[in-house]
Amino acid sequence: MHKVYHRIEDIAGNVIIVRAAGVKYRELAEVASRRGVSLAQVIRLEGDHVSLQVFAGARGVATDARVRFLGHTMRVPFSDALLGRVFTGSAQPRDRGPALSENMIEIGGPPVNPSKRIIPRNMIRTGIPMIDVFNTLVESQKLPIFAPAGQPYNQLLARIALQAEVDVIVLGGMGLKHDDYLFFRDTLEEQGAMIRSVLFVHTAADPVVECLLVPDVSLAVAEQFALAGKRVLVLLSDMTNFADAMKEIAITMEQIPSNRGYPGDLYSQLAARYEKAVDFDTAGSITVLAVTTMPGDDDTHPVPDNTGYITEGQFYLRDGVIDPFRSLSRLKQQVNGDTRADHRTIMNTLIQLYAGYRESLEKQAMGFRMSEWDAKLLKYGRRFDRELMDLSVNIPLEKALDLGWEILADCFEPMETGVHTRLIERFWPNSAKRSMESDKSDASDPSDNASPPTPET
Amino acid sequence: MSDATGTIAGVNGSILTVSFTGAVGQNEVAYALVDGVRLMCEVMRVRGNQADLQVFEDTTGLAVGAPVEFSGELLSVELGPGLLGQIYDGLQNPLPRLAEQCGFFLQRGTYLEALPRDAKWHFTPAVKPGDAVTAGETLGKVPEGIFDHHIMAPFNLEGVWTVERVAEAGEYRVTDAVARLKNAQGLTREAAMLQRWPVKIPIQAFAERLRPADPLVTQVRVIDTFFPVAIGGTYCIPGPFGAGKTVLQQITSRYADADIVIIAACGERAGEVVETLREFPKLTDPRTGKTLIDRTVIICNTSSMPVAAREASVYTAMTIAGYYRQMGRNVLLLADSTSRWAQALRETSGRLDEIPGEEAFPAYLESVVASFYERAGVVRLKDGRRASVTVGGTVSPAGGNFDEPVTQATLKVVGAFHGLSRARSDARRYPAIDPLDSWSKYASVVDAADVAMARELLHQGAEIAQMMKVVGEEGTSMEDFVVYLKAEYLDAVYLQQDAYDPVDSATSAERQRHVFGALAGILRAALRFTEKEQARHFMHGLTQITKDWNRIAMDAPEFRATEERIRRTVAEATGRA
Repeated sequence: MHKVYHRIEDIAGNVIIVRAAGVKYRELAEVASRRGVSLAQVIRLEGDHVSLQVFAGARGVATDARVRFLGHTMRVPFSDALLGRVFTGSAQPRDRGPALSENMIEIGGPPVNPSKRIIPRNMIRTGIPMIDVFNTLVESQKLPIFAPAGQPYNQLLARIALQAEVDVIVLGGMGLKHDDYLFFRDTLEEQGAMIRSVLFVHTAADPVVECLLVPDVSLAVAEQFALAGKRVLVLLSDMTNFADAMKEIAITMEQIPSNRGYPGDLYSQLAARYEKAVDFDTAGSITVLAVTTMPGDDDTHPVPDNTGYITEGQFYLRDGVIDPFRSLSRLKQQVNGDTRADHRTIMNTLIQLYAGYRESLEKQAMGFRMSEWDAKLLKYGRRFDRELMDLSVNIPLEKALDLGWEILADCFEPMETGVHTRLIERFWPNSAKRSMESDKSDASDPSDNASPPTPET
Repeated sequence: MSDATGTIAGVNGSILTVSFTGAVGQNEVAYALVDGVRLMCEVMRVRGNQADLQVFEDTTGLAVGAPVEFSGELLSVELGPGLLGQIYDGLQNPLPRLAEQCGFFLQRGTYLEALPRDAKWHFTPAVKPGDAVTAGETLGKVPEGIFDHHIMAPFNLEGVWTVERVAEAGEYRVTDAVARLKNAQGLTREAAMLQRWPVKIPIQAFAERLRPADPLVTQVRVIDTFFPVAIGGTYCIPGPFGAGKTVLQQITSRYADADIVIIAACGERAGEVVETLREFPKLTDPRTGKTLIDRTVIICNTSSMPVAAREASVYTAMTIAGYYRQMGRNVLLLADSTSRWAQALRETSGRLDEIPGEEAFPAYLESVVASFYERAGVVRLKDGRRASVTVGGTVSPAGGNFDEPVTQATLKVVGAFHGLSRARSDARRYPAIDPLDSWSKYASVVDAADVAMARELLHQGAEIAQMMKVVGEEGTSMEDFVVYLKAEYLDAVYLQQDAYDPVDSATSAERQRHVFGALAGILRAALRFTEKEQARHFMHGLTQITKDWNRIAMDAPEFRATEERIRRTVAEATGRA
């Protein structure tokens, strides 16, 4: 079984080819070379030619390296001892703790039977109005954060992780800058969250093949916690690095690229990971939040594009705020009907008016005369920017909804909002209701204490 | 069974290279053995004594030298009573029963019978000994939920056969023979309720194909009024992610005027299937009073399930649709998303080292897509009844760009195009079907002249909106400004539809004719205003009342009252000097 082979035929990139018999597809092997011992995985069989992807990279591997097949696929240890620990992509300790070898589980297990899934029903509260009000995060959701490089996506990820009520946090870092890794670790430690976290970190300096393992390892561990009844939040950063690592291997293997060099199975590969997000009928759940940086701030780039088709929505992080138009939580309808009667209406109305505000801004920039309506929109938009959209705002959902009504009443007449008459009667702040009843044609602003912005000509 | 045997010579992702002896056919089903489990495969290519097979399962653990068994048969599905309400994977494995057996996860190599063998059905013969039958003609009927399920003579019968024996009325299992047929050459055949049919071959046991003419009411206003779908027609919904393709498909699966709906969830999110799967048993079908699941078959091969089975899933769905058409039903097949199927073809093609076409899709993409959609259609059955399969497929173009190969291949063969626009969905104008780019070759449920007028108005409105961005409101004439406002009004109160409002979510054809007739009057009316602010104010008010109107049931007393209010409001503006 554990016969040693030491005739390497080919070395290209991080892939070596060795002649061997009885080898199984995706089996692991140990490659011992002058540089040390590394794990490797079988990625193609052609007669007795076995292609292996070397986790530590093939650099320094010589044609006389010794290859020993292990007879099993990639595994990780699973137990509560993982909590508070940091590992590499191939599940070796990255902190000073001991290596774990008990209760080994296989990674990349089979998909969940769709008939055993349930409809997600629990909101995850984040205290961020742009999420809670407009694009509610839901337990078991898979959601990427699309961001151009340089945006504070890791900070956003960390903040959501700390504020969300979950039992276990699994962080998978792919191609992380070392400072970002330390940022995550320190933030989790400072907030006392490290004891319920496990980190699998591949930094930009580590071998690229290990990057490929991070999502599978993280999700396999998350799955075990979820099966044990835990609500697990998986944070992945950054999936674009993962896709680039796949591209690198695919090109080395001379696969025909489909789009900008990425392999044709990019969609399936990403989906296999994201679809691990689940709410088990009689056990826990997995929620996945994944950063996907957009090269050139372009969401038609193959990685964000394919991701968008897989995930249940996306958060766009631009100019330091969550973009209200492009961002979407597909699962919000599952939960925002049960929060408060006005949640959906406020969500839609505020966004539609905010779209109007953006148009007015454009008109203003081009130097057109501002109508009365434009003036109202401008006033509204500025309050929206400052009091709801700014990422530093941290208020519970109900407060945010009340604030929404207050801003509406401050800027518009009820009729101009297009809100259903029934809701206006119930939620519109009182002062404004009176003015509506007394004189409908009175165009003056309902709350006179805030002076309307002067329209610019 | 086949006498061919083989052994694995290579493994590359989901593709096996197999050395074989004996006769092996293209698209034949084979099984690869690993750890005592048999993994289903399909022959993709034969070269000398080596064949390339795509495996419908995860290939981890397969080794060179492992045995491969050939079945001698094409990939087939089981057809018979008991299909309705089922949830299958792409290979027609019943997922709920698989879950009973394997728990939370899908275990590879577990294949169950699609139709339960122990269930008994009450068979009533429709023929008697001595009757002549041909392929697809009814031998008898069994009640299946809300329908009479016809038991038909095998679809692969050639020529005229005589009924030699037919079972008496009574309870039978699907595999019990219910008739014995004999042909002029003296051959006899037993016919059971269950028959098997290869998925990639259309069932064509009907008299002739007809032209789709009648509209299929989906109760989505922008579709039925502006971009209608015909019974037996085809349509596609391309759109970038987040534009609402799947929600639109879900709405259609609920409200569309079809006897049976087949949902093929191909390579998309599992969560979306779950919604259908958990909610349909609770929702009432207004047409029958039974639950929606009673008229639905779900084929789901979601994105994390094996890629090779994606292709099988759309064909499985199409074959079941064709089967119910054969017994006289109007079937609607919704495929979401055909792009994932095309990508599966691309993955397989790439691993077979075929020379790639545009964006690495295989060169045969267009012909595969075309022949799939061509399996839709209205037919006249041999007994004169009409039946149909209508196909609606979503397309997920890379980067939301409709110029990509899958969208273009699809547009060539469909009768209606519902293009979803990112701009509309960003502005939360749902359904986000672009009213300017979309088209349909079928007839609308409302008056054609009114539709032409409204489309013209929408075009003008869009042009004026563009112009206003350059010259501003002050540079726009009052006349143009009113056209712009009217277009916005039409958009807000008619094109947009609130999927979450119990009344507004579905608009019957009758209501569409009534409401659109009223709106056409308003759009044609000469509205007079002195100031733009006054015009905007007026239209805001009118929009508000009309939206309220949309949320009132047509038989409620407020319906007429609100209509009257709208009429009076408009009269105010037309009477103004």
